[in-house]
Amino acid sequence: MGELEGKKHVQYIVSVEKKKDSFEALVIEHLRLNGAYWGLTTLDLLNEIEAVKPDEIVQWIMQCQDIGSGGFGGNVGHDPHLLYTLSAVQVLALLNRLDVLDIDKVSDYVAGLQNEDGSFSGDMWGEVDTRFSYIAICCLSLLGQLSKINVESTVNYIVSCKNLDGGFGSIPGGESHAGQIFCCVGTLAITGSLHHVDRDLLGWWLCERQCKDGGLNGRPEKLADVCYSWWVLSSLVMIDRVHWIDKEKLTRFILNCQDKENGGISDRPDNAVDVYHTYFGVAGLSLLEYPGIKSIDPAYALPVDVVNRIFFSK
Amino acid sequence: MSTSSDEDDVERIPLCSRPEWSDVQPLPQDDGPNPVVSIAYRDEFRETMDYFRAIYAADERSCRALELTTEAIGMNPGNYTVWHFRRLVLESLNANLHEERDFVDRITFQNSKNYQIWHHRRWLAEKLGTEAANRELEFTKQVFALDAKNYHTWSHRQWVLESLGGWENELEFCCELLEDDVFNNSAWNQRYFVITRSPLLGGLQAMRDSEVCYTSKIILADPHNESPWRYLRGLYKGEIQMLISDNKVPELCLKVLEINKSNLFALSLLLDLLSRGHQPSDELRAVIGALRSSQDIAGTHGLAATLCLVLETVDPMRSSYWAWRRTNLPTGVC
Repeated sequence: MGELEGKKHVQYIVSVEKKKDSFEALVIEHLRLNGAYWGLTTLDLLNEIEAVKPDEIVQWIMQCQDIGSGGFGGNVGHDPHLLYTLSAVQVLALLNRLDVLDIDKVSDYVAGLQNEDGSFSGDMWGEVDTRFSYIAICCLSLLGQLSKINVESTVNYIVSCKNLDGGFGSIPGGESHAGQIFCCVGTLAITGSLHHVDRDLLGWWLCERQCKDGGLNGRPEKLADVCYSWWVLSSLVMIDRVHWIDKEKLTRFILNCQDKENGGISDRPDNAVDVYHTYFGVAGLSLLEYPGIKSIDPAYALPVDVVNRIFFSK
Repeated sequence: MSTSSDEDDVERIPLCSRPEWSDVQPLPQDDGPNPVVSIAYRDEFRETMDYFRAIYAADERSCRALELTTEAIGMNPGNYTVWHFRRLVLESLNANLHEERDFVDRITFQNSKNYQIWHHRRWLAEKLGTEAANRELEFTKQVFALDAKNYHTWSHRQWVLESLGGWENELEFCCELLEDDVFNNSAWNQRYFVITRSPLLGGLQAMRDSEVCYTSKIILADPHNESPWRYLRGLYKGEIQMLISDNKVPELCLKVLEINKSNLFALSLLLDLLSRGHQPSDELRAVIGALRSSQDIAGTHGLAATLCLVLETVDPMRSSYWAWRRTNLPTGVC
């Protein structure tokens, strides 16, 4: 309990390559671009983005781009996918280096993945999930290229995934899940379509995610997990209902998930830490206005000053 | 998480020592000079991936390439590029997709939360067509036996039903799962999915009465279960008038309050009914009056406002929400 160990978390992220030869580290090689987004956004939120050298990162990111399609893979030599394309754009935005991109090429890749019914596929193999709707919209919005897709059908598809509890699933009829809800509400927020959300109904479902230990779960009868501090909280902020949860209890839950000796945050107290949960814990604390952390934009999942720089400094 | 396929209690022979791979020059991973998220590799894994990269760069779509992707998947089933290439190889070799499905069956159990595996499964099922429906439904049942809330498995099952069919026993399946664990929110969601989308049932209108009956019994058996309460509301979706005038609903809430006088779901549903114009029975008035006394609520408040005040004390974590409800009650509400 107690304080946020900001310096320790920075050390953890920067020195993660010195970690033991663990199998967990092995399995994320193919999603290193996501890892870069989680790590670098956390550093920026903690006001320590200077800890890394931008040029090398930018160079590596561009090597992840597939020349043919314009999309980005999770690492050098990997196939392009929407997941990594968004992370590439987000990291370049963080580093204020969006100028290195051929905007048309990247946005054509994203736009090309929209289906007839308004949904988006993750890549050429056709997996459909509302996660991909969010990714496409967020990415194109950051690049100023929403006009390349059919926004109306995008919104209609999201609305078709709305459930009786006010929440959203991954496909029409899919169970409401906080992660999917974030993606759908984010899509609606960015496209100016939040009127499709029943804010009171969804707000209640979301605030019911708070468990006795103060943490948030993702669906009824599941355990609390730090990552839901982001998915649930950002959704509540976007629909202006964040005052419905007990912020103090949630803050304490997140702080209890820290490894105070070695840095990093885990999914729940006393478990092993990882970069993913470290990011979501810090991002959650940002939304809770924890002192010393920069503000994060709940829809774009980037620091507010980065988003402002993109949209307001023309 | 598996480190290699389970038949390998036999020691693994490094690829560099295998004669059939002697013609290949493995390609190492280029991490860049100062990796942001850098990883220390285990030697076996590194070697397998180095050989994979070589085969991938050469676009070699051979049997040995297929086997190599099997090894790589065994070590790291999350690597989507390996799966992508595997599909290309399967197509080029015109491989036996039934054997491929057997392979996917085996690895799914150890990796049931892996997006790539479920997507690959769907890709296969699409190719195999409607004959695959029963097998897919049966398979998802087996996964549910280990984890009845697995989100990927539910998405897959829903896709199978809508694209390949097999609705006949779905409602019964939901009943079985709920008998195993009445708190399983996924099973409740699936129940709603079935009654609203199955071409074999009559739709929500036709099913409403029997479902209200079923759900009420379950609520009475354990009123602390969030899911059936939400399900009950869902049964009246789009029919507010029916909801507020159907006496079954407030009667159920009152019965629950007899067993558990501060049950938050019952109180909240009564609040919603009153907020929407439900005319309270004498019994309901009396119960709320009793709650007012037992919670020591001073001052004059209408029934709905009283419920809000009660809820603020019985559900303090969400006191802001209940306070907001109180200040946002429609005018004219009891």
